[in-house]
Amino acid sequence: MNVFASIGALFLTFLGEVGRLTTFTINAVTAIVRPPFYWRLLAQQFMRIGWFSLPVVGLTAFFTGGALALQIFIGGNRYGAEAIVPQIVVLGITRELGPVIAGLMVAGRVAAAIAAEIGTMRVTEQIDALTTLSTNPVKYLVVPRLVAAVISMPILVGIADAIGVFGGYIVSTKSLNFNGAVYLKNTTDFVTNHDVISGLVKAAVFGFIIALMGCYSGFNSRGGAQGVGTATTNAVVSSSILILAANYLLTSILFNT
Amino acid sequence: METKIELQGVKKRFGPKVVLDGVDLKVGKGESVVIIGGSGTGKSVTIKSVLGILRPDSGKIFVDSQDTTHISGRAREAVLKKFGMLFQGAALFDSLPVWENVAFALIQGRGMARRKAREIAIEKLAKVGLGPEVANLSPSELSGGMQKRVGLARAIAADPEILFFDEPTTGLDPIMADVINDLIVSTVKDLGVTAVSITHDMTSARKISDRIAMLYKGKIIWQGPTASIDTSGNEYVDQFIHGRAEGPIKMEVRG
Repeated sequence: MNVFASIGALFLTFLGEVGRLTTFTINAVTAIVRPPFYWRLLAQQFMRIGWFSLPVVGLTAFFTGGALALQIFIGGNRYGAEAIVPQIVVLGITRELGPVIAGLMVAGRVAAAIAAEIGTMRVTEQIDALTTLSTNPVKYLVVPRLVAAVISMPILVGIADAIGVFGGYIVSTKSLNFNGAVYLKNTTDFVTNHDVISGLVKAAVFGFIIALMGCYSGFNSRGGAQGVGTATTNAVVSSSILILAANYLLTSILFNT
Repeated sequence: METKIELQGVKKRFGPKVVLDGVDLKVGKGESVVIIGGSGTGKSVTIKSVLGILRPDSGKIFVDSQDTTHISGRAREAVLKKFGMLFQGAALFDSLPVWENVAFALIQGRGMARRKAREIAIEKLAKVGLGPEVANLSPSELSGGMQKRVGLARAIAADPEILFFDEPTTGLDPIMADVINDLIVSTVKDLGVTAVSITHDMTSARKISDRIAMLYKGKIIWQGPTASIDTSGNEYVDQFIHGRAEGPIKMEVRG
């Protein structure tokens, strides 16, 4: 077996995949602005993607905020800098942990669900059936999910920010002997609009990635139950990796470093 | 007879595998043509090419003398409004109740009010022998035969000019298969539509067709009136219709 041949083949497969994904993305994005619009489906997707993700995102944000407060307190203690807890918690949550953790949780929940649903529709010919009924499957299936995810994610992350800070507040006041009023004042004095907004911009991008990878994997699933399973796994793995990569990229752009 | 659908030298390959190797076929207006052939001979690919779900690599496809080989977007949607299709597994949308499946083309395609569309859906369900009580059920609550009937009702809901049937009797018991055959014959006759079916069920093929075409290795190797199928003089056709393992057609055990 020629090593170079297999590396080359792998590289070509990769390029093909990138090409297909790019075409799919362009089709999906241009379909957003072209009628018909499926408002009923959009509302349904807001429920599924946004509303039903609230408990998961809220709980993870709460515990992350709490753990973050503990860690900063312990770490800061080494320099006698434990009073910095509220500032670092709010910064960490709004800039990084809020969007990334919400993004990863929603990727696990929503990208998987989208890929499984659309993948099943693909292998049972329901997507072909849409075409024969003069309905563009991209407009009917992808656009509502994409729009709902891009709008839902910043709202979810806004809520996650608040809950995360609240988690830090609870831990700090209940077990680290912080004064509640001082903690909140330090938080609000320190955090800037830019901190919060940069997190929300990230969230919108992550929402796009989640819905896109879910739909793309579903559309390209082949060959029955196993194919749908593979599509679901691919959706979660690829959207998680893309979220983390995009997060780094966005951080360097948004904070100009 | 006026030609409704015409395929000229349609070729399609997937990677190294040649599926269609120059298919030529004419279907007249109001005619019912059945394409027979073994599994993997390209029957599904043929009708999916006509529908534009797959793009042929070369050759031309005409619908009502309009070249539809390379159209897409709105032009494609306009052509597809002439078609109705019954899928092999019925392909009902499991997220929608039965009546919304049937009324799908009316609500999404024509912007009909839901209340009105529901009435028409119930009318179409009656045509395939289903009562209004199934209208609110989910497709997963129905048996295979009932799903096929709902699929048929959905295919005829928007009054198409052309109906495609993909293996309409596969997976059904012989009696239900005959019920579906009768339904196909009566809908085709009543609506005066052009029908193209693909099947390997010869009982069904004989019953629903005016003309039969046999697809083998990506080409139409024989076609003629249904009555002449037993005297085709073509040994490939003879082997297929009598279901013999021995003959000129060699099954590729290794796909």
